[in-house]
Amino acid sequence: MHRRGDGAAFAHTAGPQSWKPFLHRPRVKLWDADRTGEGFEVRDQAPDPPRYAFLGVRPCDLRAIAVQDRVLMGGRDVDPDYRARRQGAFIIAVNCTEPGETCFCVSMGTGPEAGPGYDLAFTELVDDDGPRYVVDIGTEAGAAVMADVPSGAAAGADVERARAEVRAAADRMGREMPALGLRDLMAENLDSPRWDDVAERCLSCGNCTMVCPTCFCTKVTDTTDLTGDHAERWQLWDSCFDLDFSHLHGGNVRASAKSRYRQWLTHKLGTWHDQFGSSGCVGCGRCVVWCPVGIDLTAEVAALRAEAP
Amino acid sequence: MAPVPYRVVAKRAETAETVTLTLAPVGAAIPEPEPGQFTMMYAFGIGEVPISVSRTRPVLEQTIRAVGAVTGALCRAEAGQVIGLRGPFGTGWGVDEARGRDLVLAAGGIGLAPLRPAILRALARRDDYGRVAVLIGARTPGDLLFEDELETWRARGAQVEVTVDRPAPGWTGHVGLITALAGSADVDPSRAAAYVCGPEIMMRLTAQALAGLGTHPGRIRVSLERSMRCGIGWCGHCQLGPLLICRDGPVVPYESAVPLMAVKEL
Repeated sequence: MHRRGDGAAFAHTAGPQSWKPFLHRPRVKLWDADRTGEGFEVRDQAPDPPRYAFLGVRPCDLRAIAVQDRVLMGGRDVDPDYRARRQGAFIIAVNCTEPGETCFCVSMGTGPEAGPGYDLAFTELVDDDGPRYVVDIGTEAGAAVMADVPSGAAAGADVERARAEVRAAADRMGREMPALGLRDLMAENLDSPRWDDVAERCLSCGNCTMVCPTCFCTKVTDTTDLTGDHAERWQLWDSCFDLDFSHLHGGNVRASAKSRYRQWLTHKLGTWHDQFGSSGCVGCGRCVVWCPVGIDLTAEVAALRAEAP
Repeated sequence: MAPVPYRVVAKRAETAETVTLTLAPVGAAIPEPEPGQFTMMYAFGIGEVPISVSRTRPVLEQTIRAVGAVTGALCRAEAGQVIGLRGPFGTGWGVDEARGRDLVLAAGGIGLAPLRPAILRALARRDDYGRVAVLIGARTPGDLLFEDELETWRARGAQVEVTVDRPAPGWTGHVGLITALAGSADVDPSRAAAYVCGPEIMMRLTAQALAGLGTHPGRIRVSLERSMRCGIGWCGHCQLGPLLICRDGPVVPYESAVPLMAVKEL
């Protein structure tokens, strides 16, 4: 990343990591317990999170937060740590005017203009004398913040230019996902030879799952101290690429790299719809960027489609 | 996510590696499970595993096979010891919806444990059901669960057929796969509901056989198993295609399970 001559603050694309670690933390203590005479006593960990303001949330990442909301707060059981952090968050989105080589939010319908869920949404306009911002106010909290910021009613020409720059960004996506029919494509091609092909390259390292802004899988570990009388349970990020992820007595259900890559992609693009009512992919491109062997899911999907019977 | 303390009030060895624990709440209780549901059982400091409920009333019982660190610790728990429970979770067999029908309950090995509450529920309301057939497959006679109860089930109006893969000296019952028993169920297949629980291959073949005899595939249910770390839909481990087994299962219609069980390593 480098500073540009024109002073633009948001000319970067999606950063190396999303906002996920702040809301859905990599390590969360769920409870601890002490042995008592008869049994044990459990103390739930009451969430006591800091309040965050996120500045510069890309539309893809804004959608990713909404996707995780459905997973962790949309069901019968609500993740209290996530909810506490989420409810305290103030979100300043920035519409995209500089998409990157690995971006495909347009294909996934998540950008380049921010959808609902922001408190404020900026569009950066860069002139000879530096950047200015057209601000869309999404909530009362956003309006309250703007009341303290030097600003005035946006000129019609500025608003029009801001919208036009965002629209233009839609035509400059570095990647394209053949979005239509993805769900069926995944469900109908579980036996495609393409999975063997990708398995020859995939290292099962799990990088894609760690940087994906929607991947939510966790494991729990139970531990004790040396006395054996104090126990704790921690929830840790997990990855479906880990061999033990599918461990059952008698072995691992997904023993091959092929089956693990297939699980990740078919879940992300297909069965996520069945489970949570939307796609799990927001088109941020991080999994493409971070794959050490350069696996590009948009290319894999195109190949699956081309090879489909 | 905090486990609720339960005391082991009785322990019964079922087989060399399987025990049934009778559990009573130390303080507050979890809601009464439906037949087919499971709990997450916690052994202090060691870990937590999903275990199906093998009796729902008047007492809570769970039947555990020692296959790992946590199940081993739970199997070693003695009367008086306190373990933790969360739940109940997942879908049940739907025994109440099947009132008026004949029932076939087919179990392979430890699969009899989650079926037992359905059997007991149907026999407790015997007049609500037509004919009730319980088909049980085990590796050897020594692997049979709830052996002492089978006569009671018969006395209360159930047909109980048992087959083993490998007979022991003195065994006079059936020998062979449970699929071969499907035809011996004295029910009207066309009006029967069937619940099948066991290894996936056993469930697939038994359900196929029952469907072949004329039971509507939509009324055949199977109970699926996958790794589970939370039981409440957050951890992602128990996915099988579109299903989160902890939430959408473990009991699912055979129709939706067939295509999923047919894909290797799904």
